[in-house]
Amino acid sequence: MATRSIVPFGPQHPVLPEPIHLDLVIEDEKVVEAIPSIGFVHRGLESLVSKREFTEYAYIAERICGICSFMHGASYCDAVERIMGVELPDRAKYLRTIWAELSRIHSHLLWLGLLADAFGFESLFMHSWRIREKILDMLEESTGGRCIFSVNTIGGVLKDIDDDMMKGFLTELDKVESDVRAMTATFLSDATVINRLRGVGVLTKEQAHEFGATGPFMRASGIERDMRQLGYYAYKDLDIEPIVSNEGDSYARCEVRIKEIFQSIDLIRQAAEKVPAGEIAVPIKGNPDGEAFVRVEQPRGEAFYYVKADGTKFIDRFRVRTPTFANIPAMLEVLKGCDYADVPIMVLTIDPCISCTER
Amino acid sequence: MTDGEIKVITPDSLLNETMKLHEEGWRLVQICARALKDGEGNEITYSFGDELILGNLRLTVKPDEPLNSISHIYPTAYFYENEMHDLFGIDVQMMTVDFGGHFYKIGAETPFKK
Repeated sequence: MATRSIVPFGPQHPVLPEPIHLDLVIEDEKVVEAIPSIGFVHRGLESLVSKREFTEYAYIAERICGICSFMHGASYCDAVERIMGVELPDRAKYLRTIWAELSRIHSHLLWLGLLADAFGFESLFMHSWRIREKILDMLEESTGGRCIFSVNTIGGVLKDIDDDMMKGFLTELDKVESDVRAMTATFLSDATVINRLRGVGVLTKEQAHEFGATGPFMRASGIERDMRQLGYYAYKDLDIEPIVSNEGDSYARCEVRIKEIFQSIDLIRQAAEKVPAGEIAVPIKGNPDGEAFVRVEQPRGEAFYYVKADGTKFIDRFRVRTPTFANIPAMLEVLKGCDYADVPIMVLTIDPCISCTER
Repeated sequence: MTDGEIKVITPDSLLNETMKLHEEGWRLVQICARALKDGEGNEITYSFGDELILGNLRLTVKPDEPLNSISHIYPTAYFYENEMHDLFGIDVQMMTVDFGGHFYKIGAETPFKK
């Protein structure tokens, strides 16, 4: 019987932008088991909801994460709006949709860059982030912020995108689409990339279901589920089909995310065509009293929000189950039996966001 | 269960109800604890998904009352149960992976407990 060793992985590691620790039980060069530790940067933001007025907390909810920040803020507002029976103006729903999809593009491009960096393809990393800059410029132009926008409020949004700006965005998105298409050829066809990703870290469809995987991690294993099909914001008016692959390996996860960038560009075009004129927010009265569940499709997968209010200006309970929190158990399952050298790539392919997880 | 339904159950029936949902193909979406005021214990909501449908089981556990783990039915449940233990002080028994209060590396003990 081979000797077993325990190798610590993280919380500081070249491929981990954020802190998670894994104790890897190794037998020769094979991982037998992975035991996670989280909580290095737990901030207690769920608890802070009892110390800030519910209108102010929209600002804090966006700060749960530095990448999918917009959707955290929008989903918190959505939950409170549902409790208060607030019907959002249609234009606000479309604006939230557009900003959510721009956020998805910049998140996926960030991940593609990190993936390229992890397997040592530095020029591909730089191209990914160069393209991402164009998206961040659009976000800055329309919201004033590049990653954290603070445009959500209970009852709508705080900023608008006028027709000229929207036209400029569509022109810019044409260029982004062309750039991503050029880069896709390398990501999906280059021999060095394929060698590092194909057949690595396979999650079967059955495992994805059993271990509660979500988002691109799950869809790359053949499960056709995307929370945008629920029709929240303006998604009910847009054509959307989940992007799916059946291979379940790291390559499939990369492929799904690349295709989702094109899908997001298409959704923004659809939304820009249909966005109605009108108000971007409605006034709210009183305090929320009741509870609501909200589920949205963040770049990393399904996020779940629960808000319980008791009629005061402070929310009683705010709960966020982030996609990464749901994906870690499936990732641990995938790590069993893998080569030690593949661990960094496999951890990265779930697109872990520990900032969200440590909310 | 219908979409958005919250089925109120007792702690004793948790395993039976969860087993039924598992056999019907529901996936575990999340487990959320909420501390009740005046030391009345905790309200726990178990959310399950069937494609896009969301169903919930809800129960109340008294302070210091032990709660059965569902991690031998849903293997990912231990993540949520260790979280409930560390943040709310809920005594979850028979977890498949028990971090013994060290799941979160936080300074305060059971910070969400009221």
